[in-house]
Amino acid sequence: MEAKEAERVKVDEDRRWRLVNRTMRLHGHQPDALIETLHAVQESFGFLDLDSLKYVADSLHLPLSLVYGVATFYHFFTLKPPGEHTCVICLGTACYIAGSTNMLKAVEKEVGIKPGETTSDGKLSLLTARCMGSCGLAPAVVFDGAIHGKMSSTAVLQNIRRLLNHDD
Amino acid sequence: MTIEELQEIGKIEKEKQDGFKHRIHVCVAAGCLSCQSGQVKEALEKEVSRRGQESWTSVKGVGCLGLCTAGPMVAIEPDGILYQGVSVSDASDILEALGGPAVSRLDCSAHMPFFTKQKKIVLENCGKIDPESIEDYIAEGGYEGLYNALRIMTPTGVIEQISKGGLRGRGGAGFPTGLKWTAVSKTKSNIKFVVCNADEGDPGAFMDRSVLESDPHRVLEGMAIAGFAVGANYGFIYVRAEYPLAVKRVRTAIARAERLGVLGRNIFNTTFNFDITVRLGAGAFVCGEETALIASIEGRRGSPRPRPPFPSELGLWGYPTLINNVETFANVPPIIRKGGDWFAATGTDKSKGTKVFALAGRVNNTGLIEAPMGTKLREIVFDIGGGILEGRKFKAVQTGGPSGGCIPEQFLDMSMDYESLAKVGSIMGSGGLIVMDETSCMVDVAKFFIEFCMSESCGKCVPCRVGTVQIYNVLKRITEGKGKPTDIGLLEELCDLVKNTSLCGLGQTAPNPVLSTLNYFMDEYRAHIDDKVCPAGTCHFNHTEESQ
Repeated sequence: MEAKEAERVKVDEDRRWRLVNRTMRLHGHQPDALIETLHAVQESFGFLDLDSLKYVADSLHLPLSLVYGVATFYHFFTLKPPGEHTCVICLGTACYIAGSTNMLKAVEKEVGIKPGETTSDGKLSLLTARCMGSCGLAPAVVFDGAIHGKMSSTAVLQNIRRLLNHDD
Repeated sequence: MTIEELQEIGKIEKEKQDGFKHRIHVCVAAGCLSCQSGQVKEALEKEVSRRGQESWTSVKGVGCLGLCTAGPMVAIEPDGILYQGVSVSDASDILEALGGPAVSRLDCSAHMPFFTKQKKIVLENCGKIDPESIEDYIAEGGYEGLYNALRIMTPTGVIEQISKGGLRGRGGAGFPTGLKWTAVSKTKSNIKFVVCNADEGDPGAFMDRSVLESDPHRVLEGMAIAGFAVGANYGFIYVRAEYPLAVKRVRTAIARAERLGVLGRNIFNTTFNFDITVRLGAGAFVCGEETALIASIEGRRGSPRPRPPFPSELGLWGYPTLINNVETFANVPPIIRKGGDWFAATGTDKSKGTKVFALAGRVNNTGLIEAPMGTKLREIVFDIGGGILEGRKFKAVQTGGPSGGCIPEQFLDMSMDYESLAKVGSIMGSGGLIVMDETSCMVDVAKFFIEFCMSESCGKCVPCRVGTVQIYNVLKRITEGKGKPTDIGLLEELCDLVKNTSLCGLGQTAPNPVLSTLNYFMDEYRAHIDDKVCPAGTCHFNHTEESQ
């Protein structure tokens, strides 16, 4: 009853919950809907905050500890809000052999953050990936969801500067 | 739906396509899409309509044409011309050249060994059909295998053909598929599940992604046939969330198949029902292990559990579950259509059929290839792969991802099959082949893989959780020039421990890259430890730190 009430309130507050609620409904609010639901939350909000984890735990009648455990176990889920732009550097084998660590170092030096962090102005998140299956195009970098193949340190830096200056 | 209706759909589609004098196929798999093949396709379509050639020229998006490094790829049928590195501005030249000689600056010879040395079973439709069109798949004989299975064969008959074909699991371990199916079919239960493992977590592997993106219906058909054979009515495809395009295409394919009635209730007017649901992975390598995958589908953390009981007895929600890899399922429809004997004619004594490899690293032709089991490694690297980049020297090829090993030059003439690979300390794995040249430091490569296993260890069992960290620390020390002479012995001892006492496949195979490099490239380890030099020049030693 409580969960239902919370659900109604949430929906009124924010349309973005609709996708989340729909996902849970499609799975009959069963415990196995958890990962699918977390995907829906992340798709709607960009990350998983504590409130949404609590909400999902309530709706699926799962302990918060279990939901938190799942959310932190899988690398795809992030508990921190992403920056305005994202730069994902692939560290899969093919990209590694092709020198992606040097690109990573160059980017770290340029923007002054480590992988998994976001610049203090919230403009750029730097992430690494374990292979995106674009090994034919190694080394690969994903800028805002679009894969760029056969990159080099200079090309990555150029792209990042373009992303960061574009909004100014 | 009857067989006549199915064939009618195929015939209509075939006639429709044959009606076009020129058919332009643009690769729209992820590799080429990231080189703007979507825009190329649009440009070609616009150009065709500008010239008013719609009635005799068709443009369609197809799955992977294989040579990812030369993307975007465009094929002109029926002339068999292949273009590479096509850009939007080339559209008018390509149309101008239709029916005549190819545009020479874009020409990519279809007769080069990369194409001629391959034999395609799993990828037979890749680059030919539109992955989003079920009619196109049916025109190539799709869903006939399912019809044959349901209407002509018995479940045991289906399993017999699979066993006769000698198909083995393409996920890595090479377990005979027929045996697995028999085990599930013999377990008594009203509810059973079929799961397709598309959690392709190995770095350097993109076979499953390409199959799902290029020919999703083949996997669905294979799963439905498996469901019929083992008596299951529900299927799950567990696919990585990192492959959004594959997820989208599989979902589209399921919807189309359901609408046509080749999935869902009373398939081909029989009592057989089969539904397939997509489940998204969330980036955990360990979920490729079958018990961890089951836990993940159930919505829990992907921790493996001890086997037995095997999933064939106690799987998803406690019901018997059949788990096979994408490529294994993709092999099923042709086996049922053409018979087990036909399939068994390809390959070696113990490894039948073909294997799809993702060829990457320091070779000229990177991309998706399929070769008969037993093909020599040399042919793959030097003929199909076109040799090493910039004419450098071959050093090693890494197979099987983090669970596999590095194969040195002396084994270049070995045959690529399950047994031969195991003999040299590597594994077939899912089929990633990473070629390395003299610029790659093997100690660094071993460190790379152990670091991967260390971060991907689920943490359930101690040997894997702690052991991989210890191995990593030793390797890190060595690559920083702080290695001690005793480190080699320590590494061997640690590897032995992790290999033999870990719970699941991840831990049991994690030391393989270290062991195989220790075995074949001991001189490099020695150079790092004794002489404090990295022969490949990748490790940078900071000598000032040495004293601490």
